[in-house]
Amino acid sequence: MQIYADNAATTKTSRTAIDAMLPYMDQIYGNPSSLHSVGQAANEALTKARQEIADCLGCEAREIYITSGGSEADNQALRSAAYFGAKKGKKHLISTAFEHHAILHTLDQLKEEGFEVTLLDVHENGYVTPEEVAAAIREDTALVSVMFANNEIGSVQPIAEIGAVCREKGVLFHTDAVQAVGHIAMQVKAMNIDMLSLSAHKFHGPKGVGVLYARRGVPLRSLINGGAQERGKRAGTENMPAIMGMAAALKEACANIPKNTEHLTAMRDKLIQGLSKIPHSVLNGDPVKRLPGNVHFCFEGIEGESLLLLLDAKGICASSGSACTSGSLDPSHVLLAIGRPHEIAHGSLRLSLSEENTMEEVDYMIETIPQVVEYLRNMSPVWRDLQEGRRTYVIQ
Amino acid sequence: MLYSEKVMDHFMNPRNVGTIEDADGIGEVGNAKCGDIMKIYLKIEDEIIQDVKFETFGCGSAIASSSMATEMIAGQPVSKALELTNKAVAEALDGLPAHKMHCSVLAEEAIKAAVKDYYDKNGIAYDPAIFANMGCEDCHG
Repeated sequence: MQIYADNAATTKTSRTAIDAMLPYMDQIYGNPSSLHSVGQAANEALTKARQEIADCLGCEAREIYITSGGSEADNQALRSAAYFGAKKGKKHLISTAFEHHAILHTLDQLKEEGFEVTLLDVHENGYVTPEEVAAAIREDTALVSVMFANNEIGSVQPIAEIGAVCREKGVLFHTDAVQAVGHIAMQVKAMNIDMLSLSAHKFHGPKGVGVLYARRGVPLRSLINGGAQERGKRAGTENMPAIMGMAAALKEACANIPKNTEHLTAMRDKLIQGLSKIPHSVLNGDPVKRLPGNVHFCFEGIEGESLLLLLDAKGICASSGSACTSGSLDPSHVLLAIGRPHEIAHGSLRLSLSEENTMEEVDYMIETIPQVVEYLRNMSPVWRDLQEGRRTYVIQ
Repeated sequence: MLYSEKVMDHFMNPRNVGTIEDADGIGEVGNAKCGDIMKIYLKIEDEIIQDVKFETFGCGSAIASSSMATEMIAGQPVSKALELTNKAVAEALDGLPAHKMHCSVLAEEAIKAAVKDYYDKNGIAYDPAIFANMGCEDCHG
């Protein structure tokens, strides 16, 4: 048996997406910028796909800018708002401590370029409040960027309320919604969102394609210069197969949100309940306001990478915020941001489900994971110290 | 694959896991904050390592390095165990990824720490230089 429980990393490309992509390899292969009929056939398809994407987000087709993925969309959103603000003397940017690195590393670069950045602290359950955002906004604030749902611990932010605060104060609001789009119903207008990033491969679309939604009137700046594609804001011949796959996958995902949410939350809550029985374990992120497929735990006394390797050997593909899985020496900045100490953050496990997972798989994981945790604890000197009282438990 | 077959073998089937009740030398290095701790137990008779066990909190390569290192010193004279280098451990495992080399350093240091403990407990004189430059600083690269 192989259980794929790492859908926050990437999803399997759906049959619907693949079928939508294939004709754009060898049948409708034209360049949408070409005037002849072969090119125009592609152009028509592109226009239709853009409209489908816009419909799923609750915006206009002309507000959809296709990118190479979520990271590019994040980069472009931040730089556009920062440089636009700077022209008016606004060089202050607000975000949170537990954003994706596509946001944090871009902010680091902008800091080097002379911008001032405020990273809001995150509550233990993994959220920031609209009041905290409001309190951080200054006269010279150019942008607020808060992720829709956290990629590790799955906590969902009060985005519409944060958007309302920004709107009231006249500050641009961007949200990295890479983990949320296709899983949570999205209405950018009603949610007061000025810019939003999404990535196709998180909802069974292909890799290497995403979208930056930018409300009409938001002055985008192009990161990639060349031709006039994407209304002059993103040069390069359109990746037609990927775009068609993305539109088809998004349409399917959005149509199935109610059905999928019911199945996913049932599996998620059963897993959370089952794994909570492991002694000295703690759920990360909010128990209720979380992505329907996200389960994230810390287990005291063990290290995450060895847990992942053993689970893989037992057919479970998962992820961890352990330092050893990332190549860096520090554990996940997300876990540190919600106040988990280093020694606990090393022993983390993320299971991210898709609608293709089954209750039988959930039962197998509930049976297997505690065994593997126990096996590793039995060879851990940290666990022995905890049990024999030489070290104090962090997780009661 | 991130790891060699040897690493995976020693990780999946670690040799010498456990503790020794009446150990003659115990060495523990690393810290939980860094994400790895290695503890080595030695049973020594006539300057020969009669038994060796380990406990490790850490990643796959830390567990594999502990397993390999204990196998390499079992039955050897104490003086030989002191000569074991992290490079030799990594080579015996058919290599470790660059950012995992510190795991083999921990294995070398845990053995040295256990031998030092044995020397100290038994009043055996030694050159302190053998045990210089040990500590968790290594895991911070």
